[in-house]
Amino acid sequence: MKKVLILGAGTAGTMVANRLSHELDPLEWQITIVDQSETHYYQPGFLFIPFGTYGKADVMKPKRDYLPAGIEIIISPIETIEPEKNRVRIKKDNRTLDYDYLIIATGSRTVPEETPGLAEDEWRKSIFDFYTVDGAMALHKFLRTWEGGRMVLNVAEMPIKCPVAPLEFLFLADYFFHQQGIRDRVELTLATPLPAAFTKPKAAGLLGDILDAKNINVVTEFNIERVEPDERAIYSYDERKVDYDLLISVPVNMGSEVIERSGMGDDLMFVPTEKYTLKAQEYDNVFVLGDATDLPSSKAGSVAHFQVDVFIDNFMRYLDGLELRPTFDGHANCYIESGFGKGFLIDFNYDVEPLPGMFPLPGIGPFSLLQESRVNHWGKMMFRWIYWNILLKGKEMPIPAQMSMAGKWE
Amino acid sequence: MTAVADLTVNFDAEGFMTDPNEWTPEIAAVLAQEEGIDELTNDHWTVINFVRDENDKTGQPPTLRAISKRSGVDTKELYALFPKGPAKKVARIAGLGKPKGCI
Repeated sequence: MKKVLILGAGTAGTMVANRLSHELDPLEWQITIVDQSETHYYQPGFLFIPFGTYGKADVMKPKRDYLPAGIEIIISPIETIEPEKNRVRIKKDNRTLDYDYLIIATGSRTVPEETPGLAEDEWRKSIFDFYTVDGAMALHKFLRTWEGGRMVLNVAEMPIKCPVAPLEFLFLADYFFHQQGIRDRVELTLATPLPAAFTKPKAAGLLGDILDAKNINVVTEFNIERVEPDERAIYSYDERKVDYDLLISVPVNMGSEVIERSGMGDDLMFVPTEKYTLKAQEYDNVFVLGDATDLPSSKAGSVAHFQVDVFIDNFMRYLDGLELRPTFDGHANCYIESGFGKGFLIDFNYDVEPLPGMFPLPGIGPFSLLQESRVNHWGKMMFRWIYWNILLKGKEMPIPAQMSMAGKWE
Repeated sequence: MTAVADLTVNFDAEGFMTDPNEWTPEIAAVLAQEEGIDELTNDHWTVINFVRDENDKTGQPPTLRAISKRSGVDTKELYALFPKGPAKKVARIAGLGKPKGCI
């Protein structure tokens, strides 16, 4: 038996397990997946928890319900990867798992401890995060009785998972405080290390205008050095200061500690990966999918989905002794909630930034691109169902893996 | 002081040199002045040499985190030496491309 070992059963790992179990002959191949947790989190849903739209049950399901029958599922922390020896050590029963091919899908996590003052006495009292279920739930509880003041959202460092989420959070906060009748008592500020509201120029211009229209302040090129929790202020390395009453932090994002323990990562514990093929740079039988890569594509579920599509075709070629094709183009496709029941859709890749236009989607769309609409909001709401029922299970999605210029205005 | 006479150097749209091999220490001094740094001190050179070495090794300029972790100059000092966006500024002065990391 030949062995494929998948590390991580999050969005990328689950999708690839489902697709591989269809493609590989079970008489020839054993597929094993290892993850430390029994629970699958729908991470895009965390954004809605602070405002009471979703609860815990909407974003948590048992991982096993989404993994295919006939593969080995091991719930255990991973100790180290030993790529020279084609094996992985796990904690459970001190087992060693060997492989012919390894797929690393260990994701990305927030590390608030990287910023002095952040995760100390005021953590989850006047300082909150929303990239974890617990953080989002704590913030929900806090917001129910908050009477207003200065709310500052700080992005600690790029890259982060879902780079549009901080903007969506602010748009939804604006909407939420309007509904609560206290918008006039809340000052909203985004403090970001980026030179503008977003990473891509055209979208940054448009999103900047929306922030303006919603009366949300933006402090750019703010690289946080420390939080002064008692003073309720954040300081940048160039000694600028932003005062807050309520700090919402998007902490530093890093890859899994397993990657660092195994000496396979960069300074942020992301794995150096070939940009167009998703093969690990250093190893010929290791592939990296989802947030675990060091690629300049967004860390997002849609990207993981397009990666898996491209990977499956390529991997089957590879097994037949053919060369890998450079087919991953960095494609991302994201709904952006803008509050008041509306949303945007952006579609882009490594080379083409988000452009305005219409996104053709047979049977459901078209969705307007880079323009606010109600149908985009419903697209986002519908996406949770699509995620749990179609996407994770590796069923066919009506969106091609590579970006298309159809409907885009240049 | 060295005068830079009639050098032809290629830049991209954002003012980064397109060929690191065209770079000389004299060019660095000129670019530094454009970035508002009047004189390059030994500390500046430690960082410039570090990022050029890293670029040779990895094919891309290092991130701020990488510089502060391994050059011996911490983030706070980096901001003092190359105010506002040290990773970007030092890459430009060192004749390298724009650092990635913006997604």
